Amino acid sequence: MTTFEVVAEGLGKRYGPTRALDTFDLTVPAGTVHGLLGPNGAGKTTAVRILTTLLRFDTGRASVAGYDVLRRPDEVRARIALTGQYAAVDEILSGRQNLELFGRLFRLSSREARRRAAELLERFGLDEAAGRSAGEYSGGMRRRLDLAASLIRTPRVLFLDEPTTGLDPRSRNQVWDLVRGLVADGTTVLLTTQYLEEADQLADRISVIDAGRVVAEGSPDQLKAMTGGDRIEVVVRDAAELAHAGRIVAAICGAQPELDPTVRRLSVPVLDRVAGLVDVVRGLDDAGVAVEDVGLRRATLDEAFLHLTGHRPDDTREPVGAGRKADLA
Amino acid sequence: MSTAITDGWTMTRRNMTHVVRAPEELILYFSLPIMFVLVFGYVFGSGMQVSGGGSYREFLLPGVFVMTMLYGLGATATGVAQDLSRGVVDRFRSMPMARSALMTGRSTADLLRALLEMSTLLICGLLVGWQWRQGVGRALLAVGLLLLLRIAITWVGIYLALLVRNPETVGVIVFPAAFPFTAISNVFVSPELMPSIIGTISEWNPLSATVAAIRELFGNPGLGGDSWPAEHAMLLAVLWPVLLIATFAPLAVRRYQRLSR
Repeated sequence: MTTFEVVAEGLGKRYGPTRALDTFDLTVPAGTVHGLLGPNGAGKTTAVRILTTLLRFDTGRASVAGYDVLRRPDEVRARIALTGQYAAVDEILSGRQNLELFGRLFRLSSREARRRAAELLERFGLDEAAGRSAGEYSGGMRRRLDLAASLIRTPRVLFLDEPTTGLDPRSRNQVWDLVRGLVADGTTVLLTTQYLEEADQLADRISVIDAGRVVAEGSPDQLKAMTGGDRIEVVVRDAAELAHAGRIVAAICGAQPELDPTVRRLSVPVLDRVAGLVDVVRGLDDAGVAVEDVGLRRATLDEAFLHLTGHRPDDTREPVGAGRKADLA
Repeated sequence: MSTAITDGWTMTRRNMTHVVRAPEELILYFSLPIMFVLVFGYVFGSGMQVSGGGSYREFLLPGVFVMTMLYGLGATATGVAQDLSRGVVDRFRSMPMARSALMTGRSTADLLRALLEMSTLLICGLLVGWQWRQGVGRALLAVGLLLLLRIAITWVGIYLALLVRNPETVGVIVFPAAFPFTAISNVFVSPELMPSIIGTISEWNPLSATVAAIRELFGNPGLGGDSWPAEHAMLLAVLWPVLLIATFAPLAVRRYQRLSR
């Protein structure tokens, strides 16, 4: 039987007239990574703060690591760790002093806290900077220190609230590797992100959140499939031949392709990827259409997101029209 | 209960480490009272009179002790506001530690800091000719009253920080908020020498109670007045801080719990 490490049922949280969360549901099986994907203000952080006992909610029910968040907060706190968007470390203390402090607060003996701090500093590549104030660390180092602080005692459930926001690509990859390592050791992770790529890279399942509620849930592949799956893209050499090529492709694939004359490109959804590609290339060749480029394009979570919410994840709430075409450029 | 004490002590040590790692702030808090001793003791002091006679510098020192306790408000409030603004409080709150530790740790550390400031000031006082004239026992009692006042001020500071949250704002408002309390009090001038209404306000000022009480305990000049607060300074020096603690500690705790709203 699957155990669920995070369960939220119908969570609601209001700030005055604003509904930060509105009947929010979530279940995360043990040992998996679950991504909460949504734009700023969608309610991701509110959900994480509720589940980590930092914030009370108005309606619904939530349990983490088997304990009710509202009734047994101390049991929950003993089994979780949180790394937030803003590194929650003491900026005056050195990296080492930070880890020793948190170790002491986790009731390690002072010797044990020292040992654990040294171990984590090395593992996170911070041993050279161990004596410097955390306030002098770069963004990436601070985030790593923050993560290290979350791992002083291996948590059963780790909450990562936009763990790579504001990091350069190298630091981002480092954080991703660390998360993968933790999951391999059996930790359950709830991750919030605005980056589709991050969710795609790390998450086993994703909940897309918009305006405080889950608008879609599934594996990254399932979510991509919701936008119509993979597509074949063909660029013809002569713009005048585009319409002709479109008719040929429509006949082969049984679907009307989208045509973009400005880049002489057509794009059509395809079910059987490789066979479809071969048929299209052969068909166009037989008809004597000169092809400049042809390829398979996998659907991205970006498109899935746009499709589900009508706006892009890192944008403000402006809807970007209905078309998927906007994304092909 | 024992976890509350262990965690409180861990947090105390954290706050003391702050002082060691960022001593600039401490230097500011040290230099201010010493400056007051020098400026008031030697510049303005030459034109000051003490009601009932006696050396002005000896009159002044107990006032500066109390003033130093009051300006600890700034250190407490900015420290707490900085914690709140930097998200480190979120980590503390999501850990299985005693809820009270953040505040008790702050309070204890500030008390230790006050002891440090007081020792410096004591030496500074002895150098300019101040002394305790009623024996060590009474002098220690005076130190006790000062620390009691400091605890009360700590809780006001914690509440202030939880109310305002922004450390810059806290830094800006603390001094103007605290200054009138030292000006309209018996810290620098005996209330009998002030215009009557201001004199009365000065006498009822909680700081004046502690100042008058420790002047008496140290055996310094300036005991004066036959008003009720002047005659019951010792009682008020205990009552005022206890009242402040009884008011602001629950307010601060409630405010802290409301962080989860």
